[in-house]
Amino acid sequence: METLSDENAEAAGPQLRVASSPGDAPAVTLTGDWTTLGLAQRVMKFKRELGKLATQPRVSWNLLRLERLDHTGALLLWRAWGRSFPERLSILPALKQHFARLPDAGTTGPSRLPQRSGLVQLRLVQPVVRLGQGLLGWIEQLRELVALFGRLLLDLLDLVRHPGRWPAREISAQIYRAGAQAMGILALVGFLIGVVLSYLSGDQLRRFGAEMYVVDLLGIACVRELGPLLAAILVAGRSGSSMTAQLGVMRLNEELDALTTIGVPYTQRLILSKVIALAVSQPLVGLWTSAIALLGGMIAAHFSLGVGFYYFLDAVPRVVPIANYWIGLGKGVVFGVIIAVVACFFGLRVKPNTESLGAGTTSSVVVAISSVLVADAVFAILFQHVGM
Amino acid sequence: MTPAEPAVIRLTGITTRFGDHVVHRDLDLSVMQGEVLCIVGGSGAGKTTLLREMLGLDYPTAGRVEILGKALSELGSEQLIALRRHSGVLFQRGALFSALTVMENIALPLRELRSYDEDLIGEMALLRLEMVGLSRDDASKMPAELSGGMIKRVALARALALEPRIAFLDEPTAGLDPESSETFVAMIRELHRELRLSVVMVTHDLDTLVEVSDRVAVLADQRVIVAAPIQEVIKVEHPFIQSYFLAGRGRRALSALGAPGAAANS
Repeated sequence: METLSDENAEAAGPQLRVASSPGDAPAVTLTGDWTTLGLAQRVMKFKRELGKLATQPRVSWNLLRLERLDHTGALLLWRAWGRSFPERLSILPALKQHFARLPDAGTTGPSRLPQRSGLVQLRLVQPVVRLGQGLLGWIEQLRELVALFGRLLLDLLDLVRHPGRWPAREISAQIYRAGAQAMGILALVGFLIGVVLSYLSGDQLRRFGAEMYVVDLLGIACVRELGPLLAAILVAGRSGSSMTAQLGVMRLNEELDALTTIGVPYTQRLILSKVIALAVSQPLVGLWTSAIALLGGMIAAHFSLGVGFYYFLDAVPRVVPIANYWIGLGKGVVFGVIIAVVACFFGLRVKPNTESLGAGTTSSVVVAISSVLVADAVFAILFQHVGM
Repeated sequence: MTPAEPAVIRLTGITTRFGDHVVHRDLDLSVMQGEVLCIVGGSGAGKTTLLREMLGLDYPTAGRVEILGKALSELGSEQLIALRRHSGVLFQRGALFSALTVMENIALPLRELRSYDEDLIGEMALLRLEMVGLSRDDASKMPAELSGGMIKRVALARALALEPRIAFLDEPTAGLDPESSETFVAMIRELHRELRLSVVMVTHDLDTLVEVSDRVAVLADQRVIVAAPIQEVIKVEHPFIQSYFLAGRGRRALSALGAPGAAANS
């Protein structure tokens, strides 16, 4: 960097020479390139030297041999001079204009970079205050979430009354994006989980000579629990985050306001359509994941436990009561609604800066997955005697 | 660079192609030390592309871009960084960092030098803020709270933070109302004089053109058809120039110039 600026600039690097003869005040001569970039390498050294000179009386300053000066160089000198021109100063009039903008002593003191406004609190009460603020913020968010949910219910009611307004294209596009396009990755994950589960449980079952029960175990676990849950977690990461980002950017671009002024209720067109789409697609991809996981488990069981394909396929309908499928599908619907509502909620809360967009996307995924797990626990408790 | 060579930017034989679409064909252009050069041209004529090539954000398919005597394509990344510090860019929509305050935006280039201390940076940034006509009260605002005109001012202050030798301005007055546009242009002219900048400006605005340009480079037919003071440009017989400068709108702007060409060509 230095090589380039040295050979490139016409002016040489900045220099500060002090000639002091005994009995006389020091004479300072400045040469070279006193600009922001020219000074960059040595500025702290100059600042110290200038600070030392400032304490001495009757210093004479020779700036006639300066090659270049800009506001930064001028500022550095101005501060050393105590914010007024020194008595013994030789300078070209043309260079004097660089000092014109600098504040005189007295008018404004040395300025600091203003910090972002924030509440100053005593250190002792700070954790309490922060806890309180966090809690209030959380309650506020919950209130807004409920409000959004209510808005969506009203929109749904409106759609029921005016069937012509169904956002069918948006819904089908969303089903394709969040459902159909996720099938590949869901198949991969489901298959691997099926294989893992089969191997792990097979090992335990073999000790009791209960290899054949691997079908019961895999069947119930995949259909009732793992399929819907895996699908929900993956879709929350995949589609939930993109919904948040999309709505967030649309909000920043004032596209949502534009839609409103055109007379399109965006909660209905953009958010409700996503909620409906995920409510439709999520049970289906959950079922798909269950099926592939069972397939993976079946193949693994064949090789590790010697459970035949035919036996496996024959046993699944017998040992997995149909209620489990309904529970799995029901979970899918609920999870889909949760993911879409949470994603859109955080999308609408994005503030007009990039940091907030990133934070919103993260919260969306984290909150969606946590809420899905909470809902899953509720399902487990409510239906503990059903389908076992 | 020798004194006999006053060009701060020199483009030679620039050809830019996007697929089959040729934007520039064997284009030459120089920007002289201390001048204000305006680049004009129809939409899609490759004005912004040319600007991006001067900044080293895009590279031409063929040709040589020299900034301050250095060919961009021959520089290593360290040297490119050093060279870029000599130029400041005002992007069309400001491109302020939305997560930083006004003051932090302006201070960022200074901080990145990693040699000035916070005390100096604070006062330097404040000086730049006042240079573009903003007050201390605006310093802690976030970009989202600013009006269009203020965004441009802050962006200009950031572009000039290092007091560079070349300023690139992409559509500096686009999206401003006539009055703020006028004050903004006046400010550019004043800062140009005060900081002894060379300015490269892409603009559509004829008033701006008349007001500040030393020379106008007209981009048409994939090359620079003329680069000269505006009085000479309007005398050139070319359909684009005729329609751009000498249609009703253009003639009104030029009448402020008192240019005889406007009357002669009508």
